[in-house]
Amino acid sequence: MKIIVCLKQVPDTETQIKIAPGGEKIVTDDIKWVMNPYDEFGVEEALRLKEKFGGDVTVIGMGPKRVTESIRTALAMGADKGILISDAALEGSDSLGTAKALAAVIKGLQFDIIFTGQRGIDEDQGLTGACIADLLGIPQVSLAVKLEVAADGKSVKVNRPVEGQTLVVEAQLPVLITTQKGLNEPRYASLPGIMKAKKKPLEEKALKDLGLDPAEVGLGGRKLKIIKITPPPARAEGKIVQGETPQDKATELARLLHEEAKLI
Amino acid sequence: MEGYQEYFGEIHNMARATVRAFVDREIRPHVDDWEEDGDFPTELYRKAAEAGILGIGYPEEYGGSGGDTFVKIAAVEELVRSGSAGLAAGLGSLDIALPPILSIGSAEQKGRFIGPVLKGEKIAALGITEPDAGSDVARIRTRAERKGSHYLVNGSKMFITSGARADQLTCAVRTGAEGYKGISFLVIDAGTTGYSVSRKLKKMGWWASDTAQIFFDNCMVPVENLLGEEGQGFYAIMENFQKERLILAVMATTTAQMALEESIKYSMQRQAFGRPLTGHQVTRHKLADMATLVEASREFVYRVAAKIEAGINQVKEISMAKNFACQVSDKVTYDAVQIHGGYGYMREYLVERLYRDNRILSIGGGTQEIMKEIISKFILC
Repeated sequence: MKIIVCLKQVPDTETQIKIAPGGEKIVTDDIKWVMNPYDEFGVEEALRLKEKFGGDVTVIGMGPKRVTESIRTALAMGADKGILISDAALEGSDSLGTAKALAAVIKGLQFDIIFTGQRGIDEDQGLTGACIADLLGIPQVSLAVKLEVAADGKSVKVNRPVEGQTLVVEAQLPVLITTQKGLNEPRYASLPGIMKAKKKPLEEKALKDLGLDPAEVGLGGRKLKIIKITPPPARAEGKIVQGETPQDKATELARLLHEEAKLI
Repeated sequence: MEGYQEYFGEIHNMARATVRAFVDREIRPHVDDWEEDGDFPTELYRKAAEAGILGIGYPEEYGGSGGDTFVKIAAVEELVRSGSAGLAAGLGSLDIALPPILSIGSAEQKGRFIGPVLKGEKIAALGITEPDAGSDVARIRTRAERKGSHYLVNGSKMFITSGARADQLTCAVRTGAEGYKGISFLVIDAGTTGYSVSRKLKKMGWWASDTAQIFFDNCMVPVENLLGEEGQGFYAIMENFQKERLILAVMATTTAQMALEESIKYSMQRQAFGRPLTGHQVTRHKLADMATLVEASREFVYRVAAKIEAGINQVKEISMAKNFACQVSDKVTYDAVQIHGGYGYMREYLVERLYRDNRILSIGGGTQEIMKEIISKFILC
């Protein structure tokens, strides 16, 4: 079974995000970058399928050179091959631009299943997986929390949560599946795995290798423009309810919940 | 980032991420309970072995993970960051127990004594200190007398990290005359007749690590368990110390860093006299001093580590770095408790544990005073 995992590198969830002057970007200095947690589920599921059906796992990432660290982490977990798409002309691509670049690379590869995280935890768009599937003309199943590939390796049943219920979707391979929390518990990149990962192939591709028009991607190709990023409102200071007696306090609390918080 | 050499590269960052994930998943949720209980489940050795953490720095042919000094440093830092340096010491007791085997043991002994430990199947401890011989290693009295195919061992070992649970003890014994030339190393199986753990010791800090006294009463150890030749023990002990001191120095800088972080967090929240503590110049300046010391200490330790990794003799420098790092962590953990006031004296605050756990660092692996003796020998020649 040929499996491809697309991964994104995102700021670590513990990072204190600061907005850059101009309000359109975040400050990227001093950020610790990690593999998008939703993509980790994809890597883990790919490795499990490989263990069951044989085959190999290729990991594709896009972005600056630092993204190799996340690709190497996936190789250290057990993936076989990495591809980094890195080109200044791709910087600032929106989900569609990113999908075009990823799909251009994937078109040159053999695959049965493609995994992407259900969304990147940085921009929270959740579009890239669907865009790739559309560009490749294959079915897409989103938000997988459980999946079962048929013994003949020709189809897959995917469980996805819908409003507290579970929807079971069946699709023919090749298919693109986006992965959701709950699908599995990703393994660690073991220390021996990390040491082996440096010897695994990691290919680098630039825009010219993709056969894409530079105008379709990067900042210029954006269909979505970021106008302004604002921080979440600062949390207001707590209020201590005053009153002479418990009854007074309860009355005041009820009034505040009704009039100020508008909760009751 | 370009234009100067970082100590940590891609491999180190990945190794750190793995150890951190391991700590988050396997240790952090239980760490306070384990500290109070005075040990951690032995299963953790197996789990750490599976992730390859125990194997860091050991050759692949014996089941190790490979990795250089800075992979080891990243791992120690993250394990100490679990909040229990005692756990880091207990889980890491193999790192003092195995190096003599690796250094002077035969290929057969390496296979027999190193493999099972790196797999997490056996717990290894090092036995040098005795009730009457600590810094003065050359005076150890545990005797091993050759009787045909065995050594008959009599004596006792003190303050043995992982001692109560160890399956094998890399043990310094006297096979020859008085003085350092008469010392040899035996690997003693804890199941040997005449081997007993007399008691688990109660300590000021490092609660989650088990520390024990061990007795040998006509303990019959096969001669195949002698490492190298008789009389080679003292050199193996001395060789081992450089890495042990580096690890202790790293533990000190990490402890100090954590105490600083806790203090910054607390100072920004805690109100006094109508302002947060950071609104008072005295606190701000104290924090600035703490941060400066921690930075200098860490950079010094890293620098010495880089030279050790390059194979440059650093006996003087590692002694200095250990002392400096411990003096800094002594001061910083003291100040951290001071900043926390009464809360800093309470067990539910991390700085209370950091303060207690820190105290051993300037005693173990060579005391402050022994370090100074070593340094003075280098600078007064």
